[in-house]
Amino acid sequence: MLKLINGRNWYAACVFRRRIVTSSEKLCLKAEASSEEDSTGADNPYFADFQKFHIEASPAQKLILSLGSAITTLLNPGRPDALGVFGETSGHSALQKMHEKMMMSSEGQLILTDKPRINSSTVDLNCLKKLPPNTLGRTYIKFLEENNVTPDSRTPVQFVDDIELAFVMQRYREIHDLVHTVLGMPTNMLGEVAVKWVEGIQTGLPMCVSGAIFGPLRLKPKQRQRYVNSYLPWALSTAANAEFILNIYFEKRWEQPMGELLKELKIEPFVES
Amino acid sequence: MASLIRRTLLLRTFCRAKRFTCHSQYVHQESAGAERMSNSSKESNETHFGFQTVKESEKADKVYEVFEEVAQSYDKMNDAMSFGIHRLWKDIFVDRLAPSKPCKILDVAGGTGDIAFRIAKYLRNSDGGGITVCDINQAMLDVGRKRASELGFSGMEWLQGNAECLSSIADNTYDSYTIAFGIRNVTHIDKALKEAYRVLKPGGQFMCLEFSQVQNENLRWLYDQYSFQAIPVMGQLIAGQWKAYQYLVESIRQFPNQEEFAGMIERAGFAFVRHENLTFGVVAIHCGHKL
Repeated sequence: MLKLINGRNWYAACVFRRRIVTSSEKLCLKAEASSEEDSTGADNPYFADFQKFHIEASPAQKLILSLGSAITTLLNPGRPDALGVFGETSGHSALQKMHEKMMMSSEGQLILTDKPRINSSTVDLNCLKKLPPNTLGRTYIKFLEENNVTPDSRTPVQFVDDIELAFVMQRYREIHDLVHTVLGMPTNMLGEVAVKWVEGIQTGLPMCVSGAIFGPLRLKPKQRQRYVNSYLPWALSTAANAEFILNIYFEKRWEQPMGELLKELKIEPFVES
Repeated sequence: MASLIRRTLLLRTFCRAKRFTCHSQYVHQESAGAERMSNSSKESNETHFGFQTVKESEKADKVYEVFEEVAQSYDKMNDAMSFGIHRLWKDIFVDRLAPSKPCKILDVAGGTGDIAFRIAKYLRNSDGGGITVCDINQAMLDVGRKRASELGFSGMEWLQGNAECLSSIADNTYDSYTIAFGIRNVTHIDKALKEAYRVLKPGGQFMCLEFSQVQNENLRWLYDQYSFQAIPVMGQLIAGQWKAYQYLVESIRQFPNQEEFAGMIERAGFAFVRHENLTFGVVAIHCGHKL
């Protein structure tokens, strides 16, 4: 069955230059993640998570949180929770635009309906290890192992009041490592800044834009040269040409070969000049 | 009649006029056996956790979690929330305690050691001997122990225990029992008070420093606004914990006011119960003696 689906999609990819992702494809997802119930209401597991972590804050409090967390992040980059708070409290209009962009794509709409989560209890990491090399799933696992990161490190969204926008923010956080994988960027300063440019230009989130602008201030002179000569121009052109990162239903594409995926997403692999 | 006169004279000695408000009920002291629990929802085994209602059996775990989360940034947050005034409150508290050597002092809910270190300094005790710090939360004790070793107080004892049931401590052990900003987190305050009475020697002193009710209504409004609007925001920015600090400010409102708490102390068997307000009633020091 899987081969037949692959065969059909290979044909579709060849003829239409785009893989058709359907909600019936399931691979390397754990049981609780593969439910196909109508997930717009209280049935969706994200609803319970949202209720658990959501904090009511007045506009004045959000403003102070926004300013305070921006200062905290600048002074102490080792506080990921402060960065998250800054993103949530400053990103309302950006989140609305991101949501609109997702609604305009069929794949984005599917993600908004299913509200999938990426962590070790929804994604079967052992299954991903067994996939053929150069597939998205196998490359993702390799990225996690090489950079010593885990999909469980993303903090839950607390200060976004609308559940749909909160999910968009949560999804943005959870696919960050996959964006690294797809762009081929490591988790060092240069790689992070490049990813922030792509995310910043595509999403418009103030947190990403300010990370992209202030991040390079910490680069050493040699790194700054590489950044200016190679990383920055590549990041800017990728951001402009590539498909919107939030419209990629990664969980349905684990077995897709990387070359085909990058072509479909219009991402040129990075080459340092 | 003679004993009544003797007690009244002792009362006058202890009530040094303007500082303390004495509670005359102590003269008609009820027997230690007559207890009244003052927590709400006794029949349904529920209690408050801040403004939420939780099962009594769950409250201790939830409080434990709060303090585990805040332990590392506890001292920083205390300075930020009170603009450093908590240091003055604790200095005054130890001054009122006025410990003198030789003594054995039990500091309950004393986790990070603020009171214990001040007592050691007051006693000019170079290594903190004779002072036991007890806390239910190991994370808080760890922070305290680390600070103690940095300050050179190697003689202090660090004990993990529950204020409601100090099972590892024998009766009539300590000269003084102190509890600062801890008793409002206990599920059954009356049990903690009874345990305090049990572990104190006859003649021993119970001292409690705790948030209380601001007397002036206008100031109370300002204080409430500051508590509910600013403190959770500060908790999020400094410690990354909104909900833990929301709990802390809510728990202050759930705690009995000065007179009610004094009544509870009396019912636990203490005599000469008195209290003193600091900072317009934001905190109060309650004091009682075991006769």
